[in-house]
Amino acid sequence: MMAAISDSLARPVDLREPSGWRRSKNQIMTILMWLAFVIVLIPLGFVLVTLVAKGAAAISWQFLTNSTIPPNVVPLGTGGMGAAVVGTLEVTGFASLLAIPLGVLGAVYLNEYGGNRILARLISFMSNVMTGVPSIVMGLFIFIIWVTHFGYSGLAGSFALACLMLPIVIRSSYEMLILVPDSLRQGSYALGASKARVTLTVVLPAALSGIVSGALLAVARAAGETAPVLFTMLTVEQTNANLFSGPNTTLPFQIFMNAQSAYTGANARAWGAALTLVAITFILMIAARIITALFTRNAR
Amino acid sequence: MSTVTKADPASPAGSASPLHQRRPLGDRGFQIVALGAGLLVLVILVLITYTTAQQSTTWFAGGFKDIFQVAFDGNTKFGAMGVLYGTVISSVIGVIIGVPVSVGIALLLTQVVPARWARPFVYVMDLLAVVPSVVWGLWGIIVLVPWLQKIYLDIASGVKGIPVLDSLFGGPNVTGASFFTAGLILAIMITPIITSLSREVIATVPDIDKEGAYALGATRWEVIRGAVWPHSQGGVTGAILIGFGRAMGETIAVALVIGDSVEVTPHLFYSGHSIAAIIALQFGEATGGEFRSALIGLGLFLFVLTILVNLVARWFVERSARRARGG
Amino acid sequence: MEEQQDQLNVQQDQEVLPKLAVPDTAPRDTFNGTAIFDVSNTSIYYGSFRAVTDVSLTVYENEITAFIGPSGCGKTTVLRSLNRMNDLIAGARVEGDIRYRGVPLYGKDVSPIAVRRRIGMVFQKANPFPKSVYDNVAYGPRINGIRNKGKLDEIVERSLKQAALWDEVKDRLNKSGLGLSGGQAQRLCIARTLAVEPDVVLMDEPCSALDPIATGRIEDLMHEIKSRYTIVIVTHNMQQATRVSDRTAFYSVLRDEKSDTRTGVLVEYGSTAQIFGDPQDSRTQAYVTGRMG
Repeated sequence: MMAAISDSLARPVDLREPSGWRRSKNQIMTILMWLAFVIVLIPLGFVLVTLVAKGAAAISWQFLTNSTIPPNVVPLGTGGMGAAVVGTLEVTGFASLLAIPLGVLGAVYLNEYGGNRILARLISFMSNVMTGVPSIVMGLFIFIIWVTHFGYSGLAGSFALACLMLPIVIRSSYEMLILVPDSLRQGSYALGASKARVTLTVVLPAALSGIVSGALLAVARAAGETAPVLFTMLTVEQTNANLFSGPNTTLPFQIFMNAQSAYTGANARAWGAALTLVAITFILMIAARIITALFTRNAR
Repeated sequence: MSTVTKADPASPAGSASPLHQRRPLGDRGFQIVALGAGLLVLVILVLITYTTAQQSTTWFAGGFKDIFQVAFDGNTKFGAMGVLYGTVISSVIGVIIGVPVSVGIALLLTQVVPARWARPFVYVMDLLAVVPSVVWGLWGIIVLVPWLQKIYLDIASGVKGIPVLDSLFGGPNVTGASFFTAGLILAIMITPIITSLSREVIATVPDIDKEGAYALGATRWEVIRGAVWPHSQGGVTGAILIGFGRAMGETIAVALVIGDSVEVTPHLFYSGHSIAAIIALQFGEATGGEFRSALIGLGLFLFVLTILVNLVARWFVERSARRARGG
Repeated sequence: MEEQQDQLNVQQDQEVLPKLAVPDTAPRDTFNGTAIFDVSNTSIYYGSFRAVTDVSLTVYENEITAFIGPSGCGKTTVLRSLNRMNDLIAGARVEGDIRYRGVPLYGKDVSPIAVRRRIGMVFQKANPFPKSVYDNVAYGPRINGIRNKGKLDEIVERSLKQAALWDEVKDRLNKSGLGLSGGQAQRLCIARTLAVEPDVVLMDEPCSALDPIATGRIEDLMHEIKSRYTIVIVTHNMQQATRVSDRTAFYSVLRDEKSDTRTGVLVEYGSTAQIFGDPQDSRTQAYVTGRMG
């Protein structure tokens, strides 16, 4: 049992790097990990550069506001994407109006009332699962229950987008509500407040910045969605400011249609619309980050 | 405002004491509304299943033989196999390309980059995630497809005659808009979600386990293999499955770059189709009868498929999270 | 155990290991031992916070040296600096000189990995890997290139025997290491550390999470392996220090009223008999008598 004691003690103390192959393997793996990040930068950079280069060529005040969308053959210069911009703002705006309050309330139910009950756990689990449902299914769903009865409209598109946003808002709001320390709630209860009052006056304000930030990201996601609007709004060539009646169109939809066209005019408009769309989502994302950063710092 | 009122022993029993007030109506109402909002999730999911199933009965009535064929021509043939093949193959390619990159980045951000410098990397990943699907598709079809076509043609002529490689990468109909291109774009698109979920999982590995490995004189890679990976493998598997589910459901980018032909073929550089893409591209033309019913049926099929994959994935992720909390 | 406390002596196990060559009761003559660690005027910082100030001591071969002191006095910080585990904490920095067998531990060409192979560590909370018992112990030898199954079997058996765990696990080597009791898991971690045949074993409050019986077994183990290794143990349990250690270093917290900062300092260092029987510094006396109730 007295195995030979390592003769490292007999040798002079050598504290240099371990054997070559171990160090090489470690270095190679580290390089590969960095490479993975670089690999991801390539398409991202590529797409952003192309977007800015080709999109900027198309964008002008007229492009953004002109209310007539020209047919594909027409080269760049005539008409614009105003109809799609308005449509995007309307449809996404109304969808947010529906999904955000409902989503926050759903998260409130899960965190404040549901506890460990089976129903609450089921809802929580299925919300997570629902975030993985393809958005085209939402479009089909709204088509079947609404469009077939009430026709195409921006409203139908809003419903479809709201279905998409709901589980996202529930989940992000829930993560924020969990972070609110229980001591805040206890303090409010101790003053005799009802649960609703505690939630509305103490818990939600405490989680507000996180909730808003999460909601903005959901809005950005919805603004960029094409599939839900494919079967719900048809399309228009003139701005339709009325959300509730008549077909409408959005930027993603226009990009999708124009991308499939062979005409250079259409393609150019697609790039312009794409840059506009990405700019909108980018602004929303930055707003979300700023809100998080500002209010988290205040809380410290 | 006094909140505690001692019951006056002198007062008659049954006198209204503030301690026995009924629960305010507003409170009850609020709870009901909140519950309703939560239930909405379940209601929507159930309704989706019901309504799409109802609308696809015409398609189902066509019989299993019809559904299980490959061809889908919008006229007389409404088979699901061809589009299912495209969905699966492009998603598998997406996962094969995307997973090493995603897990690599997740490890980079948790094990290599010090915590306080991780933020810019996370911003880059957020940027990647926020690019809408249709923009990837636009870039894909206008920029990537022509460029890849040249590469594919070169590869195809290079592998001509070689047994396995020729069937995968060769063939006379090699084109830019194909299964492989769709897989490539999918890889880019699912990387953010796999990376983000994997990071969460890997971050739950207790520091003390890593220290134990370091204390034995292990290099960083050895610590990852010995202490980090055994803890995170379940959760990362779940993350990969979620990415796979996303890939299968991805509609617009795939519709733009997968080509437009329904077929089952091992040639990855050939045009194909996917369930989501065919619904997106052909629903407008499906004005009635079995065509529309078939597309809705395919939508139901995709719905159920992605739900199943997500169920399994979430089970993996939550089991790993439970282990981390409990152990 | 009471008799030993009365004597304030270290050597209790002559029955267990008659082959122990070291003399028993007399405080070790400092000039006779080989210096394993030479710490000179060392301060350790975490960012701008100075955790420990101006520590100087020498750890001798084949002795058990105990670091004791109240919480926040830096004893764990000093311990971790001896195998460069502080390197893993962002912003940690060592100023001063720490030598291992005469070689500067923080020298330019020194690899922390090589350091940790020779200077092992057992942690406060047992941290077996989520692998089998066998794979836990074999982990270290494997990363050092030993693949031969026969050799690994031999190393695993020897290490588990040294850690007094072999008899309990020899029939369940392939079961998960996570299924062991607290005391067994800690002995597994010790076996894992011994498997790479280190020169020194550092222990950071190894028994603080264990019951007295498990603690006793580990203390016995320490005595048994002392002849082959040098041990430095951080402990908040003074009885343990008197039971196992040859030499004791008492640390305390120095508070600077003006700047409202705290830092750890080494107050007194000497043979265990002297520290507990005849402390020279009043702070040492206050600590060892206060807790000895």
